[in-house]
Amino acid sequence: MATITTRATAAVPVTGTRPPLWRRIPIGLLFVLPFLLFYAAFLIWPTLSAFGLSFFNESLTGTRGEPAGLRNWTEMLGDSAMWSALGNTLYFTLLSTPPLVLVGLVMALLTNRVMPLRWLWRLSFFMPFLLPASVMALIWIWIYQPGFGLLNAGLTAIGLPEAGWLSDPSLAMVSVVIATLWWTAGFNFLLYLAALQQIPEHLYEAASIDGAGWWHRLWSITLPLLKRTTGLVIVLQLLASLRIFDQVYLIYNGSGGPGFSARPVLEYVYDTAFTSFRFGYASAISSFFFVLIVVVSVTQLKLFPSRREDER
Amino acid sequence: MTAVPTPNRAPQATARAWNIAGLAVTAVIAALWLTPLLWAVDTALKPESETTRIPVTWWADDFTFEAFRKVFTESDLVRWFLNSTVVAAGVTVLVLLTASMAAYGFSRTNFRGRRALLAVVVAGIMVPPQVLVVPLFREMLGLGLVDTYWAMILPQVAAPAMVFILKKFFDGLPRELEEAARVDGASPWRLYWQVVLPLSRPVLAAVGIFTFILTWNNFFWPFLAVSDPDLMTIPVGLATIQSSYGLRYAQIMASAVLGGLPLLVAYVFFQRDIIRSVAHTGLSGT
Repeated sequence: MATITTRATAAVPVTGTRPPLWRRIPIGLLFVLPFLLFYAAFLIWPTLSAFGLSFFNESLTGTRGEPAGLRNWTEMLGDSAMWSALGNTLYFTLLSTPPLVLVGLVMALLTNRVMPLRWLWRLSFFMPFLLPASVMALIWIWIYQPGFGLLNAGLTAIGLPEAGWLSDPSLAMVSVVIATLWWTAGFNFLLYLAALQQIPEHLYEAASIDGAGWWHRLWSITLPLLKRTTGLVIVLQLLASLRIFDQVYLIYNGSGGPGFSARPVLEYVYDTAFTSFRFGYASAISSFFFVLIVVVSVTQLKLFPSRREDER
Repeated sequence: MTAVPTPNRAPQATARAWNIAGLAVTAVIAALWLTPLLWAVDTALKPESETTRIPVTWWADDFTFEAFRKVFTESDLVRWFLNSTVVAAGVTVLVLLTASMAAYGFSRTNFRGRRALLAVVVAGIMVPPQVLVVPLFREMLGLGLVDTYWAMILPQVAAPAMVFILKKFFDGLPRELEEAARVDGASPWRLYWQVVLPLSRPVLAAVGIFTFILTWNNFFWPFLAVSDPDLMTIPVGLATIQSSYGLRYAQIMASAVLGGLPLLVAYVFFQRDIIRSVAHTGLSGT
């Protein structure tokens, strides 16, 4: 009996052979795999291929063009249109970030207090964020019209001269900033509102007992506790502003504004790729800009490490 | 007893003054923020001949729904609405499924290279998709997918931030329930589908709502991926009407209002969920 049992158990590995390949893939990998396929195909591959393409004279045809070595890159460094587009992107970022963060903060501070009609204030501030960029652009093109545009009508009504919101090169980007402020301040408002609601009520109660007024509580409790959130909101806003394309493209109907005065770098990439059909050169500019954005993101990780560090 | 209110009266008066001032400032900002939308609705309700009249007035001689009627009968708005629904729903379902599976794999299983893969996925959060449009378009050409729903849907499924958010949530779930189910012989798939997912409804809703809004409003990629008018989404379709309507501002504003309406209506019904979703996913993800 004993010998038979041993034989039987010993025989198992022989008859069972090795499991088929798909059985040997760890189950965890199977869970991750579907996402990884999308991720590899539509994020990793395009990233690598942008860098790769930048060394070729690619055109729209999709066939591999001639190797260009570093020519696209050296051309780019001497391309004044690229530098002015990059300048426009940075100008928009510097001009739009402070008001977008500040207005979001003020909106949140105001509506976080006990006051009537909170739903109405929240609705008015946040609603524009839910609109597609094209809707926002159509509305603001209409508002910025000379003569019968709402904004210029308002200016003339109070005795000021009209402004060429969409035609004056020095105002072209300012108009985009105003429209963007209206469109997306509501997002920062919500982030701040969420942070404000995390501040424990007893801190304020203690301060009120000490006789601290609203203004005093704002400076000694609320703002210091919002420091972290402010850091994050600023970085998110910088990254979002650097990617500007939609608003300018839609408001100026692809023209880049009067004399290209509002064309951001991503629109220059778009023009190079889909108007001049120079995919290789467009890839060089994208890659250059990509590096710039990664530098900003990495700086963010260094400045505000705790949020993403908790991966095990 | 009588002495108590006296020292409090002065602060109370200041508090009331602050409250009134705060309310006034809030009302002014809200009015500024509502004006563009109200102006769009107002223009859409005017007859075309009155839209460009100077001096500008909010009150038309005869308000009319003519512009809205024309948009419905003459434009493809309904078609764009259906396309937007297909694309946004498709992306949302695929993101919820693939991202939650990946998050489960990263959070609850162990395999060789897990940490390295996770690091690669987290690094992808930094990659701005707008910068990838040129190689992505070329890839779509190569796959023969340009001018299909797939071209709009597939690239938007690669959302590493959502994997990260879900993994963080799964990490915080107690493991006792899963242990109990495992002792009963449940497979990892059943643990994921019948234990972890039902416990994760709030975070799945947050990720789903956020993904849906982003996809619904995405302009740049669908604009490149599709040029067939029958496949355009609302943001892409609306970008073309400026040239086709010329100076018919009432009709342009009627289209803009109708194009923005679906998400605004959704907001009215799911206000709480949408706000929570945007605040939560917005901070930890983008």
